[in-house]
Amino acid sequence: MDPELIKDCVHCGFCLPSCPTYVLWGEEMDSPRGRIHLMSQHVEGTPITPEMAGHFDACLGCMACVTACPSGVQYDRLIEQTRAEVEREHVREPRERAVRGLVFGLFPYPRRLRALRPTLGLARRLQPLLERAHPSLGAMIALAPVPGRRQRLPGRVRAVGERRAVVGMLTGCVQNEFFPQVNAATARVLAMEGCEVVIPPHQGCCGALSVHSGRDDQARRFAKRTIRTFERAGVDTVVVNAAGCGSSMKEYAELLADSPEWAGRARALRTVDLAEWLAELGPVAERHPLPVTVAYHDACHLAHAQGIRAQPRELLRGVPGLSLRDIPESDLCCGSAGTYNIFEPSAARDLGDRKAERVRSTGAQLLVSANPGCTMQIAAAMRRAGGEIRVAHTAEILDASLRGVSPSFLDAAGGKPRS
Amino acid sequence: MLAELIGRLGEVLEPEAVITDPVRLRTYECDGLTYHRATPGVAVLPENAEQVAGVIRLCNEYGVPFVARGSGTGLSGGALPRTDGVLIVTSKMRAIVEIDLPNRRAVVEPGVTNLAITEAVRDQGYYYAPDPSSQQVCSIGGNVAENSGGAHCLKYGFTVNHVEACEIVTPDGDIVTLDRADPGYDLLGAFIGSEGTLGVTTKVTVRLSRTPEAVTTVLAAFENIEQGGEAVSAIIAAGILPAAIEMMDALAIAAAEAAVACRYPENAGAVLIVELDGPSAEVERQFALLSQICSKAFELRVAEDPAERAAIWRGRKSAFAAVGRISPAYIVQDGVVPRTSLPEVLAGIDSLSREHGIKVANVFHAGDGNLHPLVLFDDTEPGAGERAEIVSGRILDLCIEHGGSITGEHGVGVDKARYMPRMFTDADLDTMQLVRCAFDPRGLSNPGKIFPTPRLCGEVPGVRKGVHPLVESGKAEQF
Repeated sequence: MDPELIKDCVHCGFCLPSCPTYVLWGEEMDSPRGRIHLMSQHVEGTPITPEMAGHFDACLGCMACVTACPSGVQYDRLIEQTRAEVEREHVREPRERAVRGLVFGLFPYPRRLRALRPTLGLARRLQPLLERAHPSLGAMIALAPVPGRRQRLPGRVRAVGERRAVVGMLTGCVQNEFFPQVNAATARVLAMEGCEVVIPPHQGCCGALSVHSGRDDQARRFAKRTIRTFERAGVDTVVVNAAGCGSSMKEYAELLADSPEWAGRARALRTVDLAEWLAELGPVAERHPLPVTVAYHDACHLAHAQGIRAQPRELLRGVPGLSLRDIPESDLCCGSAGTYNIFEPSAARDLGDRKAERVRSTGAQLLVSANPGCTMQIAAAMRRAGGEIRVAHTAEILDASLRGVSPSFLDAAGGKPRS
Repeated sequence: MLAELIGRLGEVLEPEAVITDPVRLRTYECDGLTYHRATPGVAVLPENAEQVAGVIRLCNEYGVPFVARGSGTGLSGGALPRTDGVLIVTSKMRAIVEIDLPNRRAVVEPGVTNLAITEAVRDQGYYYAPDPSSQQVCSIGGNVAENSGGAHCLKYGFTVNHVEACEIVTPDGDIVTLDRADPGYDLLGAFIGSEGTLGVTTKVTVRLSRTPEAVTTVLAAFENIEQGGEAVSAIIAAGILPAAIEMMDALAIAAAEAAVACRYPENAGAVLIVELDGPSAEVERQFALLSQICSKAFELRVAEDPAERAAIWRGRKSAFAAVGRISPAYIVQDGVVPRTSLPEVLAGIDSLSREHGIKVANVFHAGDGNLHPLVLFDDTEPGAGERAEIVSGRILDLCIEHGGSITGEHGVGVDKARYMPRMFTDADLDTMQLVRCAFDPRGLSNPGKIFPTPRLCGEVPGVRKGVHPLVESGKAEQF
């Protein structure tokens, strides 16, 4: 942990109300200010105690505090350094180690995720058993959506009309396996807006889950592989439709700072979020009406980590007939936060319930977000409360509007088994 | 004693509401003023008044001191814990109990943040008027303890003007309600601003105000601070009572710019933020006058909508913490001078700054002469901290010399206790102690704050010898 970064904190407490765990529990140790205090204790020589590790683990990494901080404390870097330190120094209980091993051996590997798809039905039936074995396993099953039909994407999608740009597209792990329709929509929207889309096969994980969990070595390995993949594909801009992946890829240069060569290669590759890119490009394709009321959810890794709040709203407002509603308390994390809802299921559940209530208060028919994790989390919370809400990615809305079709997500409720 | 008390806290609280782990406890070692630190003997997180009372009764049984803490944003060390005592943290008591719009009141628990009250009633056209810069995080319980103000107290007054009643736990553990409407002594008036020395607030009935019909926020940029100061005096002299008049000097503007990119006019030596509110016709008339008065301003920017208003205020409200961007360490000072002395005092601060080689950024509630000089220093430079401390103290001397006060709104706490004798005579301080003793004869409630040295019964009951000077002089009677 960098003492210089810690010193930036002047202990004003402006971060407190922005922090989801402080909102839940009201305890200093589970606020950004308190966690920074714990970090400074560690820097001064206090070993990482299980209590200390627990407070770091409880941080969602949502970065709302970075937005709130007037002193410019780089909490994002601090918590990443801290998590890596926790992984190095702190010995977790065997049961916890096993579950972590399972998650990190599974999620960043699309092929392993794919192999799991046929077993989901059985796992759902065994959920109470798994829940008893470990709450994290129960949470995993409860969150898993019914995956959309697999759609094979071509390696290259030609631009419709005049070609305005050539971009690479990240397919992601969870997005690709559980929400393949989102990737298909993203490619179509890009093409219809005049982009030639290069989609390298066998992309693998970008490393977001690893970097957000202190698994630095794994993260660096994934980062290098992703950079290499897109270099080979011959693109210098990569469009990402998952907020968590995009924010990590934008920080590749910092992650790989130890190697000037790799840091340079990371900087040469520009990562953009889909909404950011489309807003920058400006619309050319005709928008067809889509009469639907939409609540837009700010994914933390889009709003706080990338500062992208206006662009998705602007894109949605550009769809004729679409009515956009803001969700109260939109700055507060939904509790998904990468693997958080698996490792900290109880806090994640409370935050999910809180978010579901706010989403319901908008009376919207459809929940739109730009992160697969948030979508799964909020849909699961709505189900728990006995309601359902249809969910979609910004890309799917645009896709439906650009093609002028009645979108499938308006027929089926989110996450409900489709026949 | 403390160990025995800790053993019995389970009678009052759930186990997870008692913090004894040293690593976790240390996170409570200071509030917003990090200069003073003390790890509490134990911290408790009660959820209701009964639990607070239970803890305080135990403190009485064992003679253990206690300190209350809300969000820990205080700037005078008022919530500095006692290593030999209990820290009572109210951050779990944050329910809005009742909103009574017809009677313009709300009842809230002490851990509710100042801004949360406004947010709860804003859609209905109401708000809670006092607005300290930390309003999104500071707790209403802390506001009561410090009698917090804010930018808008020029027109609307401090916390004391907006609280109707408080349920408190007295230092001997009774739950009582102090109500403005009660006949007899204004005990509520005495309690608000007592910095935790007269008891712990467990419920606050606040007054809600109607959102004004019109609000106009003006940002006026001046070449230098003197021109800004003149404009302030002229505004008040013209009979305008703005909701707020705030001033920032070039250094403070630079910090705010670095922190929140507030986009204040470039090359301004000072900016004034003037907010006019009230009925539309009145605001329009005042604005016309204001524009004339600010003729020396090289730019006059008017916020057209709430977003632009928020943008203007963002720079001002983030100023304290923003200074972290331009200086590794700093002291936030809080003093008051008569408005007419502003130019002289500012010149005095400037020469102090040059004499000691310590930069001072100025942010202040110009309308009521409440200065917030930010004394900047590099804590890694040997001796810089000491010089900053000297400058900071001398600024308060300046305020006193000009007939002002050592604190406008941050309170005395532990930080300014030593300056109290510069402002008050021994007899004054003794009189204050008599009030304190009436509430807290054993001196268990936040001891060591406000008063420089233990005197009278407050700290050591019964040791006082002889007659109190006020009693002697026939000005007071002891019952």
